[in-house]
Amino acid sequence: MAITTSFTSNPEAPPAGANRTAPSPVAAHVAPKRMRASGLLRSPRKGRKSILLTAVMALLMVYSLLPLFWLAVNSTKTQGALFSSFGLWFSGPFALWDNIATVFTYDDGLFARWLGNTLMYVVVGAGGSTLLATLAGYGLAKFDFPGRKATFAIILGAVAVPGTALAVPTFLLFSQLGLTNTPWAVIIPSLITPFGLYLMWSYAQESIPTELLEAARMDGAGEFRTFFTISLRLLSPGVVSVLLLEIVGTWNNYFLPLIMLSDPKWYPLTVGLNQWSEQANTAGGEAVFNLVITGSLLTIIPIIIAFLFLQRFWQSGLAAGSVKQ
Amino acid sequence: MSSTSRWRRSLKKTTVIGAVGLAVIAGLTGCAGATPAAAPETSAADMKAAVDKGADLTLWTWSTNVQNAVDAFEKLHPKVKIEIVNVGTGAAHYTKLENAIKAGSGAPDLATIEYSALPQFALKDALVDLNKFGFDKLEKQFTASTWNNVNVNGGLYELPHNAAPMALFYNKTVFDKYGVDVPTTWDEYADAAAKLHAANPDTYIAADTGDAGTTTSMIWAAGGHPFSTTGDSTVKIDLADKGTKKVADLWTPLINDKLLLPAAGWSTEWYQGLANGNIATLTAGAWMAGTLASGVPTGAGQWRVAPLPTYEKGEKASAENGGGGYAVLKQSSTQKQLVAAAFIKFMDAGDGVQVMMKAGQFPSTVADLDSDAFLSAKNDFFGGQEVNKVFAQSAKDVLPGWQYLPYQAYANSVFGDTVGQAYNGSTTLSAGLLDWQSALEDYGTQQGFTVTK
Amino acid sequence: MTTVSRISRPLRTAARRAKRSWIGWAFVAPFMAAFAVVIVAPLAYTVYLSLFRQKMIGGNAFVGVENYTQQLTNPVFWDALLRVSLYMLVQVPIMVAIALAAALALDSARLYAARLFRLAIFLPYAVPGVVAALMWGYMYGTHFGLIGNLDDFFGITLPDPLSSNLVLASIGNIMVWLTIGYNMLVFYSALKVVPGELYEAAEIDGAGAFRVIRAIKLPAIRPALGVAIVFAVIGAFQLFNEPNILKVLAPNAISSHFTPNMYAYNLSFAGQQYNMSATVAILMGLITVVVAYIIQRVAARKEA
Repeated sequence: MAITTSFTSNPEAPPAGANRTAPSPVAAHVAPKRMRASGLLRSPRKGRKSILLTAVMALLMVYSLLPLFWLAVNSTKTQGALFSSFGLWFSGPFALWDNIATVFTYDDGLFARWLGNTLMYVVVGAGGSTLLATLAGYGLAKFDFPGRKATFAIILGAVAVPGTALAVPTFLLFSQLGLTNTPWAVIIPSLITPFGLYLMWSYAQESIPTELLEAARMDGAGEFRTFFTISLRLLSPGVVSVLLLEIVGTWNNYFLPLIMLSDPKWYPLTVGLNQWSEQANTAGGEAVFNLVITGSLLTIIPIIIAFLFLQRFWQSGLAAGSVKQ
Repeated sequence: MSSTSRWRRSLKKTTVIGAVGLAVIAGLTGCAGATPAAAPETSAADMKAAVDKGADLTLWTWSTNVQNAVDAFEKLHPKVKIEIVNVGTGAAHYTKLENAIKAGSGAPDLATIEYSALPQFALKDALVDLNKFGFDKLEKQFTASTWNNVNVNGGLYELPHNAAPMALFYNKTVFDKYGVDVPTTWDEYADAAAKLHAANPDTYIAADTGDAGTTTSMIWAAGGHPFSTTGDSTVKIDLADKGTKKVADLWTPLINDKLLLPAAGWSTEWYQGLANGNIATLTAGAWMAGTLASGVPTGAGQWRVAPLPTYEKGEKASAENGGGGYAVLKQSSTQKQLVAAAFIKFMDAGDGVQVMMKAGQFPSTVADLDSDAFLSAKNDFFGGQEVNKVFAQSAKDVLPGWQYLPYQAYANSVFGDTVGQAYNGSTTLSAGLLDWQSALEDYGTQQGFTVTK
Repeated sequence: MTTVSRISRPLRTAARRAKRSWIGWAFVAPFMAAFAVVIVAPLAYTVYLSLFRQKMIGGNAFVGVENYTQQLTNPVFWDALLRVSLYMLVQVPIMVAIALAAALALDSARLYAARLFRLAIFLPYAVPGVVAALMWGYMYGTHFGLIGNLDDFFGITLPDPLSSNLVLASIGNIMVWLTIGYNMLVFYSALKVVPGELYEAAEIDGAGAFRVIRAIKLPAIRPALGVAIVFAVIGAFQLFNEPNILKVLAPNAISSHFTPNMYAYNLSFAGQQYNMSATVAILMGLITVVVAYIIQRVAARKEA
């Protein structure tokens, strides 16, 4: 898939070599534009460093990190200490490892299952939706076909429909199809990303010269072959940012799985964690705030790692939505 | 005060959606005025045959201790398998149940339904009338108030699984520390509230942000009957009756003088307040004993149970606060319904009762409530107090004739919009109650009920 | 046919695209198939539902636009709409302003440890909304939560973030916290696309930092800004998860019709009024489309 292709416009690395590998002579035309676009021709501005500006940004950083710090600190506490200690510092016995162990063993190790489910939803849902959005965005940007404008307008209009309010009709329809309480009930709705399609459309318009496609057509290449051998490569930064958006979206997906699934075996992490949180409200059940907090931390960590890991790639594609309106 | 039921009471959060329409009409006319079936359509022999044949059942509940009864039943009947699925607590649970009912498939064979939510599901024709298994004959085994809870419009939709007689849970160390007497009347309760808060501004008699479940139970205990349903579609709502007024008069000064801790029930703040002694009492059903023991383990030895205060000294008046049972769903096959009914009978009126009591369940069966072993059991969390004696007396004192609305879940969901506003200071409690009444009247009228005052 | 359409449309557009043909559908079809199942069908069903009224007693009946007229004259609906409008007018500018300022700061090359800031401020975006609401909800506690801790520590009384007056702002804070980082990075990426020659020219002209921001940087980000605002506005109109989770902690300050989405949700899930819920959903969809369209027109006109 797209991820495995080379990333030509990564601002952190010189793109020259990558550009040279482009299969068509038209790419020569692309190169300067792209290099300019990635800001590499900008003369290094020296600029004095500003302590004041840094201090203001540091405040913003504290604001951004404080709740995460709170989460990290409190996941080291036992439930008792959680209720009786200052929220922003460590207190009581260091129970992080115990908490983590309990998170993974509580309820017959359901948390691990939720983690696995979430990964599956992310791989299939985010992967699938990125693929569909890329194909469709490209199709809308680069082809003229009957009904194109109407299609585009309808898709963008759909962004405005409140998903929460569609939940019940969606549930009833899926129920008729026998899809409720199966992973499909989570995966199929997550295959659609109008915003992702919009991003891919705008990125495709900007980054794929029509001349290039026409040259390929003259060479007799089929449209899909052209797409997979030439266009996809040029689209890859956009693809990565849409993929990232979709990973976050699917990872955080809460409301629809909550409605669609009744068997905890298929829950994603978010729904499972909220169920643990609600469990505090059960008379016979246990309040497991320490597990909810530690579980939340464990839910966030993989996605943070994914960000760090993909950092090289995603920032270059983020501008996609900004190129053209 | 915040309350839950034996399972968390749904309250404001209770979100129940439902399929209605023709099915309901059919259900209503079907049950209307029906008297318990003279002869059961199904004999005990049919039930036994079904159990021997076996079945795989699904049971939806958020209760953790029912597994004990399931294990015992499966041991007796090896061909029966009951899978317990936790689809959510309270609100989430009912939402899923309503969804499955509306969708026409996907419902479990058995499900937890609290007494307050039972009329709503019963009127939807989603539940099996247990009279057809001859369960009406079991009436004498149960306390009158719980039996009343499971009979809706002539149909029997559950067996009483547990009871939730109200009591006053109090932190003895806090009362001792400030030299305040434990209240026996509501006047004394109000005095204690002022004294405790005066002694320590961080200490409150109770935490309360307005809670439909507690408020309705308080009205019940004050002798009020704000809701009643007659026939199949006539609803009477009076949230200014004598009992309701008593509660409003008691609670209004507590709110105005800021003697109640504004922490929502079940929040971390609430648990913290219970743990550090800032919340001195809870008025709740017997199930609260278990919640305290598991949620506030550091409070062991500090807490005690007293009878619910009354308005007149020496008066006997109490109410149920939550509780519920297990209903059999109509979506289930005939064979499975028979097995499900057999399981309910075992758990609620058979050997399963002992199993559940061992797991901490407060019984609804007269024989067990009267048994010496039960009454004299010492509870370590409560400093070795024989708490069951207090609860059992309360169960006997529950005032008769209480009814919930056939749309209680909706009622609870708009409690915060109306009565809750009194806690914001934007209205008074009495006015808030009247707002609640008019919201419920509007809703009832919209839904086609005849609403009277 | 193709020739006609080619001639009839502006030359530039025609040159950019392949000949008008059905091949484009092959790319769009998979998306549209899923789209039909996930959005079109439920939406059609919602429209259908909004034209009927079902009662617990009395059954189902076609009522035409009666549900719409009822909602449009319903103070509760307008109250909710007004609240999210107010929220939108405050939260969106604040979020965009902070994200923009942060992006400009990152791009200014005058920060120490810019990479660290870039990453740290982006991190909240990784937090699921559910977890964020649970976390902030705890920290908002005035008695034993973080606010309570601060009160005790400094011997002060901070206002209760979950009181009726402040709860909307507190929800806005959570949303700002969740979304600043993403928007900051989008703006920052847009800034990086600015050609270096422009800066050189500005330097030769002796333009100051603010002049450069106004004359070069802001125009460069304007399209990104437009997209961010449109989506933030849509997000504001659809506000649901955060108030719904915080309602547990602030049952009276957050009513069951606090936002239009909560109103629609509670109509169907607590009140079984699916028809009304569907009506509110359709109305909100229409209103959102109109508002988003207006914003886009305004942004486009400014750009021109």
